[in-house]
Amino acid sequence: MSDKFISIEGIAKRYPGAGGATTTIFENLWLSMTRGEFACVIGHSGCGKTTVLNILAGLDAPSEGAVIVDGQAISGTSLDRAVIFQSHALLPWRTVLGNVAYAVSSKWRNWDRAKVRAHAQTFIDLVGLSGSEHKRPSELSGGMKQRVGIARALSITPKMMLMDEPFSALDALTRGTLQDEVRRICLETGQTAFMITHDVDEAIYLADKIFLMTNGPGAVLAEVVENPLPRDRGRTDLHRHPLYYALRNHIIDFLVTRSKTFVAETPGHDPRNVPVVQIGKPGLSIAAGSDEPRQTWMPGTSPGLSA
Amino acid sequence: MTSSLRLRAGLVSIVLLAAFLGIWHIATRSTGATTTMSPEYAKLMGLTATQGKSAMPGPLDVGAKLWEHLKRPFYDNGPNDKGLGIQLAYSIARVGTGYLLAVLVAIPLGFLIGMSPLLSKALDPFIQVLKPISPLAWMPLALYTIKDSSVSAIFVIFICSIWPMLLNTVFGVASVRKEWINVARTLEVGTIRRAFTVILPAAAPTILTGMRISIGIAWLVIVAAEMLVGGTGIGYFVWNEWNNLSITNVIIAILLIGVIGMLLDQILARFTRMVTFPE
Repeated sequence: MSDKFISIEGIAKRYPGAGGATTTIFENLWLSMTRGEFACVIGHSGCGKTTVLNILAGLDAPSEGAVIVDGQAISGTSLDRAVIFQSHALLPWRTVLGNVAYAVSSKWRNWDRAKVRAHAQTFIDLVGLSGSEHKRPSELSGGMKQRVGIARALSITPKMMLMDEPFSALDALTRGTLQDEVRRICLETGQTAFMITHDVDEAIYLADKIFLMTNGPGAVLAEVVENPLPRDRGRTDLHRHPLYYALRNHIIDFLVTRSKTFVAETPGHDPRNVPVVQIGKPGLSIAAGSDEPRQTWMPGTSPGLSA
Repeated sequence: MTSSLRLRAGLVSIVLLAAFLGIWHIATRSTGATTTMSPEYAKLMGLTATQGKSAMPGPLDVGAKLWEHLKRPFYDNGPNDKGLGIQLAYSIARVGTGYLLAVLVAIPLGFLIGMSPLLSKALDPFIQVLKPISPLAWMPLALYTIKDSSVSAIFVIFICSIWPMLLNTVFGVASVRKEWINVARTLEVGTIRRAFTVILPAAAPTILTGMRISIGIAWLVIVAAEMLVGGTGIGYFVWNEWNNLSITNVIIAILLIGVIGMLLDQILARFTRMVTFPE
């Protein structure tokens, strides 16, 4: 943890409630990421995941604490941190090219039209939308719209990408393809990515690190799970990895039971030193032990768990 | 399927129009000689007395007169006898001037109010009080301060068309989707550029709907305003022809007011469609 690229330091978010009381969504949240890392946050609705992302993006300000990106405390939004919105948030009066070019011309204000268009085109090609440049968002399918959202985010060559459940509104097949695309692009460009998701398999496939958050209000970051799967994992044989089910079960157990009881059961939890869970490494792991038998499952014998 | 529906609807419209004209014709036609009187006296009395003809003109009279007007729309025989084209042009010019002035004030002001919650709250009581005032109630005040009847009519158009545009602009600007604003924010787009590249296009359909409501109200009000200020315009024409007891001309004017109002509405409707994009 020597080279922290992103460091969230003790942030809190409070809203004024009824009768002068304040509602604390979360407080004293510490979290860090290294450059080029892909992190996913998993937690139930209302735990403040989106608020954390908005604070990282600069769209929202923390009530306490600070966020440091690349050695600088952030204040407000920045072109270094691109956001991919859940609802794609394309401007419907602009074409595909127009939407991407809007971002490009916002970053490089003195570029001429031709240069902006050429740059935008590169990123449209990258997400596989060549030929649809002059369509308006209403003429695109949900998956294509989100591809435009990705192209727009990438086109400003950000230092990191923030994704708020970017694929949750898509059908399973499109979601899979887009996950592949995002993974490929992030690996190729060495992007640091922070993604919120509800989909455990999505997190396992994409993330290097998975942050588990307990239920809100008063949510805490319970554990950081390191993904034991190799970096060059493939979608098709992901579930054959010996540690896949141990990891998946650990996360699901957390979501089903421990996310509710974690705070009460772990009185000594130190938010500054959140336990790092390394599945499959004895001594360090918390949950792998109980799932030992499952690791020996043979490929293709796991009925109905492909999700 | 849709074309056949349109065809059938068109047929029904024609049948209804024919029925209306037929009933109108029968109701106002001559019933034949009523009383015998000397030809000279009969000439003085006119067809109403001699042939039992209704004082209300029939569709054929109106048609003939309309044709006469359409043949010479722009003649000018002095203050009380101008072609219908000239009268309509006066009215359209007044509506256009007042309306454009209202656009110039309402849209920038609406933008400011929509973007600033403080201004929005501060100006709300004034707008709420001024909005329901009948535009014609301003007329005496306008005549007294402006001292020119023609300009006063333009002022009345201005004051009546400003409110729907202002309120729709405020609403449109204030309810731009948060995500679109956030897109601009994450791209570090400045306030001015954001206003023109995100808020204006996003609010445009709502603003144009306000403009469409306004042009309708302006066209309603101009007739009444011109009846008061007199001199020129289609409203004055209606009142003048009433004083002349030329019901035929009054009916023609009513018809034309309707047609022009429809055209103005259609123009704005087309503009609204041009700036509306489905998501």
